[in-house]
Amino acid sequence: MLEIRQQYTFYGILLYVASTIFVLYLAMGQPEVEIWNGLFWMIQLFVCVNAVAKSFLQEGRGRMLYFYSIAGAKDFLLAKLLFNALLMIVMTLASWLLFQLLLGNAVQNALKFVAIACFGGFGLSLVFTFLSAVAARAQQNAAIMAILGFPLIIPQLLLLMKLSNIAFSDIIQGSLLQIILFLAALDLLIIILAVILFPFLWKD
Amino acid sequence: MLRKAWWKVLAVAMLFYTFIGGFLGGVPEKPILNESIRNLYFHVAMWFGMMVLFTVSVIYSIRYLVTNKPLDDHYAIEYSNSGILLGVLGLITGSIWANFTWGSPWSNDPKQLGSAIALLIYFAYIVLRNSITDLDKRARIGAVYNIFAFAMLFPTIWILPRLAESLHPGGMGNPGFNQKDIDGRMRIVFWLGAVPGWTLLAVWITTLRLRVKIIEEKRSEHA
Repeated sequence: MLEIRQQYTFYGILLYVASTIFVLYLAMGQPEVEIWNGLFWMIQLFVCVNAVAKSFLQEGRGRMLYFYSIAGAKDFLLAKLLFNALLMIVMTLASWLLFQLLLGNAVQNALKFVAIACFGGFGLSLVFTFLSAVAARAQQNAAIMAILGFPLIIPQLLLLMKLSNIAFSDIIQGSLLQIILFLAALDLLIIILAVILFPFLWKD
Repeated sequence: MLRKAWWKVLAVAMLFYTFIGGFLGGVPEKPILNESIRNLYFHVAMWFGMMVLFTVSVIYSIRYLVTNKPLDDHYAIEYSNSGILLGVLGLITGSIWANFTWGSPWSNDPKQLGSAIALLIYFAYIVLRNSITDLDKRARIGAVYNIFAFAMLFPTIWILPRLAESLHPGGMGNPGFNQKDIDGRMRIVFWLGAVPGWTLLAVWITTLRLRVKIIEEKRSEHA
């Protein structure tokens, strides 16, 4: 999609991830485990806003019309969701590697953490893809994006932080499965709502 | 239907009952809470009313997407406006209550945070609407966001607080308050007076605002 046509945006986001984490490294050094976790998710949030939000905001009017003529609203949205989810997972892996390199290896159970991070990145990308479709219709859309997105994403982010804490220690929490199921249900709900509601945004 | 007077009279009667029954009626003696338990009639009832109004607002948003009548959109925005009003009042009454029982008005409790987030989501709804100039587009995108936000609201105020430790009563089961803390006398005033009373009052405010809005619109059409 947009990123394949404009490859510089992809590298741009990658560079954004790298420089943000480098600045973080200069500012914080090697932080404690909890701070490490919090910082990681905050970076994820900002990367997501920057990477995924572009998907609708930067599409020109003419191109939207072109997509409208060749594909149905549902297929278009599902393609966007899938692509952004993949993009976000790549970004998650990239920022995880950089965190490992610069901010120290705080994670005890790397596999678990990567799995949770990818799962979280997937969820974040779903919400922001849909919101960018909403925000693309409004003026000053970059600011609107943040206003709409941040309150909506807080619950999900809190749960993810809680969830990823398990990768830092061996303690197993009882409510773990519950949180995972809940997040998965939330992702499913977002996809269903997006598919139902997107055609209304699309007609113009 | 909504122009009939009987439910307005009922609302006033219920609120009088809430004030009289609430301030003079008997309450169970509880440590720490003491007489401040009477705030239940105001604080908790606000949140019940807010949920009712937000639900009505979402129903009108769905109806708008189906029918495309501007009137449905007016209903949706005005009901969520009144819902926000109740939410803000709920937060204020809660802070006053917390000042007496927890020692400070704001203590970053998961439930306080959850309700603050819920209000932020709805403030974003208003900002989003105002940022779109085209009336038809505003209504449609507003409706889409309203439905989406409502779906995301549920985890924030119904599920998330149950997973976290909290100072707020009602840890297990109902997230709002603990049924065991109140006795029969309070239950009658709460369910028959406070909850329906405040909700009906808010509906009344909404219908008045709606009528003003519709009249204004008619005037601007003629002008």
